[in-house]
Amino acid sequence: MTTNSPSEKRLEELREQAWKEGVVPGKGVEVAGGPIPRKPGYYGQPVVKPPVWTWEVPLYFFMGGLAGMSAVIASAAVLFHHTDLARAAMWLAAIAGAVLSPILLIMDLGRPRLFLNMLRVFKHRSAMSMGAWILSLFGACAVPGLIALELHAHQTFTGPLDQLLRLAAGLFIFGSAIFGTLLATYTGVLIGATAIPAWFSHRTLLPIHFGTAGLGSAAGLLELLGHRIAALNFLGYYAAGVESALLIWLSLDKQGAANRAIHEHGSGWLIRIGEVLNGPLAIVLRLFGLIPFAVLSFLIGALVSRFGWIWVGKISGSDPEAVFASQH
Amino acid sequence: MIGEGIQSSNQRRHSFVKDHVEVGFFTDPSVCIGCKACEVACKEWNHVPDDGFTWSGNSYDNTGHLGASTWRHVMFLEQDRQKGNQIVGSHSLGNGDGEDPFRWVFLSDVCKHCEEAGCLEACPTGSIVRTEVGSVLVQNDVCNGCGYCVVSCPFGVIDRRPSPLPDAGGAFKCTFCYDRQKSGLVPACAKVCPTESIVFGRLDDLRARGAKRVQQLQQSGYNDAQLYDPTETSVRGIHAFFLILGEPEAYGLPPKPQIPTIYLKSAWTSAFATAIASIIATLVAFAFFS
Repeated sequence: MTTNSPSEKRLEELREQAWKEGVVPGKGVEVAGGPIPRKPGYYGQPVVKPPVWTWEVPLYFFMGGLAGMSAVIASAAVLFHHTDLARAAMWLAAIAGAVLSPILLIMDLGRPRLFLNMLRVFKHRSAMSMGAWILSLFGACAVPGLIALELHAHQTFTGPLDQLLRLAAGLFIFGSAIFGTLLATYTGVLIGATAIPAWFSHRTLLPIHFGTAGLGSAAGLLELLGHRIAALNFLGYYAAGVESALLIWLSLDKQGAANRAIHEHGSGWLIRIGEVLNGPLAIVLRLFGLIPFAVLSFLIGALVSRFGWIWVGKISGSDPEAVFASQH
Repeated sequence: MIGEGIQSSNQRRHSFVKDHVEVGFFTDPSVCIGCKACEVACKEWNHVPDDGFTWSGNSYDNTGHLGASTWRHVMFLEQDRQKGNQIVGSHSLGNGDGEDPFRWVFLSDVCKHCEEAGCLEACPTGSIVRTEVGSVLVQNDVCNGCGYCVVSCPFGVIDRRPSPLPDAGGAFKCTFCYDRQKSGLVPACAKVCPTESIVFGRLDDLRARGAKRVQQLQQSGYNDAQLYDPTETSVRGIHAFFLILGEPEAYGLPPKPQIPTIYLKSAWTSAFATAIASIIATLVAFAFFS
């Protein structure tokens, strides 16, 4: 055995490290402060379980918000006779809400083939159950609403049948708008009513954020699709204004260790970057007339902050001191 | 005396399921010897797969925490405190002047089977149910693995089992050996506990037993002995409750656990307000800016 072999070198390194620093950290080595462990709680183990959700869930939050609020815009567009806008908005609602959202939600399940079990029961005390029903009813309104609207717009039928289609389109689109507002906001309730400290301590803020981000995303995407009308511009200002207020609220609402995942961690930065993008920056860009950039800023912000909130949940759920602090 | 069941009903057959009697576990660390027989018995009886062998370095606890494949977990606490009237000093790590107290506490953790259970309320498939004996049971064949129970448990008990373990994707936790109980048998962990640190029985009997044990310990110098059973919070008590020495935090137990459904009212109020505000904003936009 030569002293130049890698294993011997490694031992030399360890010896030097021990001499210089007094301690050699490693998995399963907790010598500092020993013999009594000094980590919070039970060896620093999480008290509650962090969420198991992966990228599908925050992307679904984004899609659901976009789809739900598109249906609201479609409803108003029908009411005020902007037929082309209504058609574009309903296409958005149907694609994002009735196709992409269910796919994302099913993908996230541990056992995707059992997804229909979601509709076995109706539990008003479970936001997940309510969400499954809201999404199903939204899809059940948005798809026939879109079909009826398209058939009516293309004048496929004439006479009383066309009148019937017009009525059906109106009713279904109105229905999808009602379920759409819930689809865009319930996701805030979903994560707000959990045992994760950084989530439940912001249970009032979350539905406002998710719903308003959905409205701004829907209006913005329709503008990108060529519907540059003053009404959508107003909604862009409205959403970015509300998001700016939420950024201030979030920054001021410090609750010590209980929500430190938002204020002292990279996950919190992600949320705040998202809020800057869909709040103040979107307003400034819009004021300078750079509407496509304002829209992009808002959309990226809305997407990024959704990922930030799930990340915050993982950090906060793994932090025993956050749980203890939230209960004192 | 092991196996005789003189102190408890751990070795007796029962008809609690048939008679709809509320049952529970009372787990007492003051007599736990840290043998982990409960962990082994649980895994063997319930066919819970092994989820890896790691060296944690946390005393003799390499199990870590409760989860999808760990339904009993023996904790090993090392504390700089005296245990009862134990003699400390000359053999401990200090300078031998008797001022260096040290104690080892073992506690077998398990699903608490809450009176108001967060996982049960959250489950959107109806997979999680309340049994005749008051325990909380996950029906594995119904669970589609949505993961909402995981973030709804105030004790961090239930978890989704990752691939490639058998039955991956579903949520798992202690079943209170419902299958055994239906046949009049005692849960596996209580059955094997050699010191009756885990006691299975009628909940009312156990609560009386627990209160008496705390009194007994306090008289013997265990000044920090107390029951951990959060009846004052929205969880409204747990069916698997514990005697603990010291504060709940040291055991990774939340001091005031709350069922997340208490947050629903304010969250939904905010959601409805946002929904209405969005509709109004949209109508205003189209009415005045078209």
